Amino acid sequence: MKRTTALVLAAVLLAAAGCSNADDSNGSSSGGNTPGVTDTEIVVGTHMPLTGPAAAGYSKIAPATKAYFDYVNANGGIHGRKITYKIMDDGYNPANTQQVVRQLVLQDKVFAILNGLGTPTHTGVLDFLKTNRVPDLFVASGSRSWNQPDKYPGTFGFNPDYTVEGKILATYVKENHAGKKVCFLGQDDDFGRDSLAGIEKVVGPVAAKQSYVTTNPNVGPQVGALKAAGCQVVMLATVPGFTALTIGTGAKLGFKPQYVVSNVGSDPTTLAKTLGAAAPLLEGVVAANYLPLANDDANPWIQLYTKVNKEYNAGAEMDNNVVYGMSVAYLFVQSLQAAGKDLTREGIIAAVQKGGFTGPGLVPVRYSDKDHSGYAGQQLTKIAGGKAQFFGKPYRTDDGDGAVEVYDSPAVTPPQNGIPAA
Amino acid sequence: MTVLKDRVTSRMVAPVMRRRLNPFLMVAVGAVLVVVLTYTLPPFRTYQLATIGAYLCVTAGLTVLTGLNGQLSLGHGALMATGAYTLALWQNKFNLLAVGIVVAILVTTVAGLVIGLAAARLRGPYLAGLTLAVAVVVPSVASTFDETFNSDQGLSVILNPPPESMTVEQWQAWLCWGGALVTTLVLALVTRGRFGRDMRAVRDDETAAKLAGISIARTQVWTFVISAACAGLGGALFAVLAQSVSPGAFPLTLSLFLVMAIVIGGLGRLTGAVIGAFLLVALPAVAHEIGEASGSQRLEGNLALTFFGVVLVVVMLAAPGGLASLRLPRSWRARLSRKPAHRAGS
Repeated sequence: MKRTTALVLAAVLLAAAGCSNADDSNGSSSGGNTPGVTDTEIVVGTHMPLTGPAAAGYSKIAPATKAYFDYVNANGGIHGRKITYKIMDDGYNPANTQQVVRQLVLQDKVFAILNGLGTPTHTGVLDFLKTNRVPDLFVASGSRSWNQPDKYPGTFGFNPDYTVEGKILATYVKENHAGKKVCFLGQDDDFGRDSLAGIEKVVGPVAAKQSYVTTNPNVGPQVGALKAAGCQVVMLATVPGFTALTIGTGAKLGFKPQYVVSNVGSDPTTLAKTLGAAAPLLEGVVAANYLPLANDDANPWIQLYTKVNKEYNAGAEMDNNVVYGMSVAYLFVQSLQAAGKDLTREGIIAAVQKGGFTGPGLVPVRYSDKDHSGYAGQQLTKIAGGKAQFFGKPYRTDDGDGAVEVYDSPAVTPPQNGIPAA
Repeated sequence: MTVLKDRVTSRMVAPVMRRRLNPFLMVAVGAVLVVVLTYTLPPFRTYQLATIGAYLCVTAGLTVLTGLNGQLSLGHGALMATGAYTLALWQNKFNLLAVGIVVAILVTTVAGLVIGLAAARLRGPYLAGLTLAVAVVVPSVASTFDETFNSDQGLSVILNPPPESMTVEQWQAWLCWGGALVTTLVLALVTRGRFGRDMRAVRDDETAAKLAGISIARTQVWTFVISAACAGLGGALFAVLAQSVSPGAFPLTLSLFLVMAIVIGGLGRLTGAVIGAFLLVALPAVAHEIGEASGSQRLEGNLALTFFGVVLVVVMLAAPGGLASLRLPRSWRARLSRKPAHRAGS
């Protein structure tokens, strides 16, 4: 009896291993010379934290991107090609990212990696993607690492980089909270460091600075130190979970400064959900964004995204992550249109480098042959009545010593059918 | 009760093993098999093969420690991290891979000695507790000394491209399997000789071993050190494969997976370590296929955990000695004893 069970088990395991082999042959059946591109299909892949510590909020991005592609496919695709989006879960673990990106490139033969999420995760695959000449488009992070056209010619960022953002947020603080004690709490990596660098370029050295790591969900000591230092304005370079944690911990300690939060950690829907009954603490929080806000029903982009979301994303709750995912998809479709009918890897890189895309962003993307960073600036938001609202004008700046200037240009409306033309 | 059972099995197993395998022959066959596979498999499968090799270094060392010496370690993930971080720091400073791997092994050996000295004084749940603490401390160390280890973001590893005559994946597979085969050969030789008998004697009955003139503490510390060196090598190879190191790559679940893998494979047997290393790569892949087929993207990250649990339960019910202990009718045995090794590569 035991033997039979063991045999069955061994057989099942081997069969399962066999199954995972079987798709080798299917994956590599691309017709033309460009991997992942046939006359009827373009295969692109991504790595995302669908599970694990960073999944909150971020796990909604890739499904939204896919939903927009499905919408485009239903309307005939691009140059007759339908877009297949392969989403791989890396759980925000760099070791898994290595694994899944290799699977996408070597086994599934994707045309490009689109919107891979995370600084630590994506940093590890830059060299691999470069060696295999895979376009690495619109990385979902604001690290400055993506903007190295000489070293990584195929890599392009999407988010405004954290230094740009820091400068813009600090400009708000300088203009509206002059003379107050400004402090900083940031993630202990490029995100926090780049952000602080930007802030200090504008307001000078901060009065107190603290850092946290995502693996330790207790910011009591840090918040306590900020309170003890008498901070009046606290600038946060935090992911959503830690924005909520900081604000909540602060309230518990009777510490209520003016919070100024990075875009990355400021989605009100995610924050309100995390804070639960304490959501009113979010009133007055200042942040910034470069895409339309999910709750702005009057915005034509949000109207388009809501429609696509309802039809192709099973009506997932609209939040800024959904808006983000669809904006990535829109920019990718624009790039495909610009690259033309004869799609090659070199072609799409050249098309993105040529730049000049206008879309949902409040400021333009910066792509050129010298610059591979994403959006050039942001506009400030404030939470009132549980909803974020834009105020003032969009700002634009660079990650160096350039001035923070107002970007004044009329907003672009989406095309009639919601799909960018060639 | 269980102790008695262990004794019985160990008495039954040891002579059979000696008769069955010549370690040099097995390693030579393994090397040929790996070379053949690296030329026949598609690149991604070759990469997975390399990953199996890197895992094998660790599982082989762990199965000797736990299976042959009776010391449970839940902290091998941390030892891997030690090796990986050492290699990363070395590479970013000197960029000499071969020396770096040796340094990584040495540093991990020292770390293993320190932990081993403490571990030799502890038994059962206390030993598990100590090693568990080691596994948990990795992220804190990385964030406390963030100027060296760069906190959660970790370090990237500078590597020279491989010689032009081979692909990156082939190079990785050869490197990892080179390490793995040397590890298994050394372990096979060590566990066969007098030291192996000492280890088993200490595991089975400390008092009897002491009466026979064996130093309990020395045997335990040495076994831990050897096992740590293997983990250090495995960790260094993972750093090469991933071209980066970060605490997230060495979580507590990794340490637990390692223990589960050697138990499923067959505790105390090097063939069991091979099966375990294979499963560590194959089960998540299978989970991914199922997750993709089911259409739920969020399933796959969690499915691998479930999968390991279910396999562990089923194997323990069906074959308490692990997959390596399966005895099949003679006509089948010849076929299957080749099969796992072959499948391990594919």
